[in-house]
Amino acid sequence: MIENFYQTLDTVFNAALGAVWGPPAFAVTWALAKIVMVLVPLILFVLYFQLIERWVIGWMQVRRGPNRVTFFGIKWLGGVAQPIADALKLLMKEQIVPTGASKLLFLLAPALSVAPAMAVWAVVPFMPGWVVANADAGLLVVLAMTSMGVYGVIIAGWASNSKYAFLGAMRSAAQVVSYEIAMGFALVGGLMAAQTLNLTQMVARQDGAYGLAEWFFIPLFPLFIIHFIAGVAETNRHPFDVAEGESEIVAGPLVEYSGMTWSLFFLAEYANMLLVATISTIMFLGGWLSPFPKAVPILGEPCILWMLAKMFALMLMFVWIRASFPRYRYDQIMRLGWKIFIPITIVWIVVVGVMMLDPVRNWFPFSIWFGK
Amino acid sequence: MTFQSIIFYIFAAVLVISALRVISAQNPVHAVLFLVLAFFTAAALWLLLYAEFLALTLILVYVGAVMVLFLFVVMMLDINFEKLREGFWKYLPVAATIATLMVVEMVLLITSKGFHLADQALPVAPVAVSNTKELGRILYTDYLLPFELSAVILVVAIVAAIALTLRPRKEARSQNVGDQVRVKASDRLKIIKMDAEKELPSVPMSTAAPAESKQS
Repeated sequence: MIENFYQTLDTVFNAALGAVWGPPAFAVTWALAKIVMVLVPLILFVLYFQLIERWVIGWMQVRRGPNRVTFFGIKWLGGVAQPIADALKLLMKEQIVPTGASKLLFLLAPALSVAPAMAVWAVVPFMPGWVVANADAGLLVVLAMTSMGVYGVIIAGWASNSKYAFLGAMRSAAQVVSYEIAMGFALVGGLMAAQTLNLTQMVARQDGAYGLAEWFFIPLFPLFIIHFIAGVAETNRHPFDVAEGESEIVAGPLVEYSGMTWSLFFLAEYANMLLVATISTIMFLGGWLSPFPKAVPILGEPCILWMLAKMFALMLMFVWIRASFPRYRYDQIMRLGWKIFIPITIVWIVVVGVMMLDPVRNWFPFSIWFGK
Repeated sequence: MTFQSIIFYIFAAVLVISALRVISAQNPVHAVLFLVLAFFTAAALWLLLYAEFLALTLILVYVGAVMVLFLFVVMMLDINFEKLREGFWKYLPVAATIATLMVVEMVLLITSKGFHLADQALPVAPVAVSNTKELGRILYTDYLLPFELSAVILVVAIVAAIALTLRPRKEARSQNVGDQVRVKASDRLKIIKMDAEKELPSVPMSTAAPAESKQS
């Protein structure tokens, strides 16, 4: 049905705009439609995940979390309308640009942090074919775009013309740049195992008769863990949130922001968290593949629900970590990144190489993942 | 004029303007940001040529890492812009001569007969071949030795840069991380076993009650 629709649209555009302008106009429209289909659920998820996060942290601390704002006065739905109320509040807030701030850059910074966080989703598949752009170098796009995210924070810190903001930006940038290396190396191990940069094919590589046992998180276990922890650090989340460390430097690079500009940073942070969860899912947890063996009826089928369930489980990990651990000291963060994670990833890349060598890959446990 | 060439001209215009702003911007931080924009647009132009690996590595390495450090340094330096600008008119003639010379050389090279740029057809990229994979194959087979040599040189440069700048300062205080990691809970914390409840020596009720109320 979708194929038919696609064909009809194509001919309509060609007829209306001619052979020269028809195809590009059609391509742009089709791409825009796909972008809307990815970004709208993403933004809604960010909006509502914030509520889920507050509820979960509340439950972990033996309190109830948001439980007042509701739709139409229905009591048992208490708290469900909270994110909408929050969003409205942020929209209404006055936008303050501090005197002495570099105004253009100050307003550009939130856009610079949101744009890469949204752009990455172009290459992220949710099912075979359910992707805006099935790029050959998908993983490289992910790495390139996430590395762009630092600019928003640095420029925000500098343009605010405030010492707290600037110190926060320095901390944040150093931390993000350091953990990017560990994260990149963890992904290198993954792409060695998958032998492709294309994210759809990466999942296809983990397909097999045994279900869960075929996924790459087993042979690449250290890389899986490091990728996730580096992801927590890279998104400046607790326990690595020294950039915002409200007890030391109030709110770091975001201290001068209010209302909509602040919520854009917030949106970028949550979109990046979801991206880390998604890349972990695709690379190590078999994406949309079922954990059950192929032989099991219905449950063994690949489905987008598996993908969403895995992503959501990893997102909950972010929340559990946030509610459980005290904040790291800055030098401990740096030590963890440079002296522990990077050596482990480098060693494990060599181990993966050995597991994939010709005689070894055909031996029993390794043949499950690398013998195909 | 195709759709692609329109995109090309847009990106090319952005690239030229941002490159000009790099040298003409008043504030060095703005100049660095324009350089970032220039790199990013250059990567977009490479993408138009189907060189996706080069384009994405340009963003990953230059925009994502090198320029961040650049920005870091420029933001932290306390530069006197007036002083930097002083010699501009004095040096302009020499700079202009060199720039003109370079432009003339480039034009000569591109239009020369040996270069054959105009009459060569653009190579058509095969659809099924992955740009990244081919580049990797060539790099790790035909050019393995130069590749590894450059890797060794880079490592030496990294080690040398650290060795040249790292000197222990006497007044600086720091944690001894090794000691901190080696600490065990038993060194810091002593757990004493004791009963949760203790039976008081039996005292007649009438005398004990007033004594307690006095204490509180």
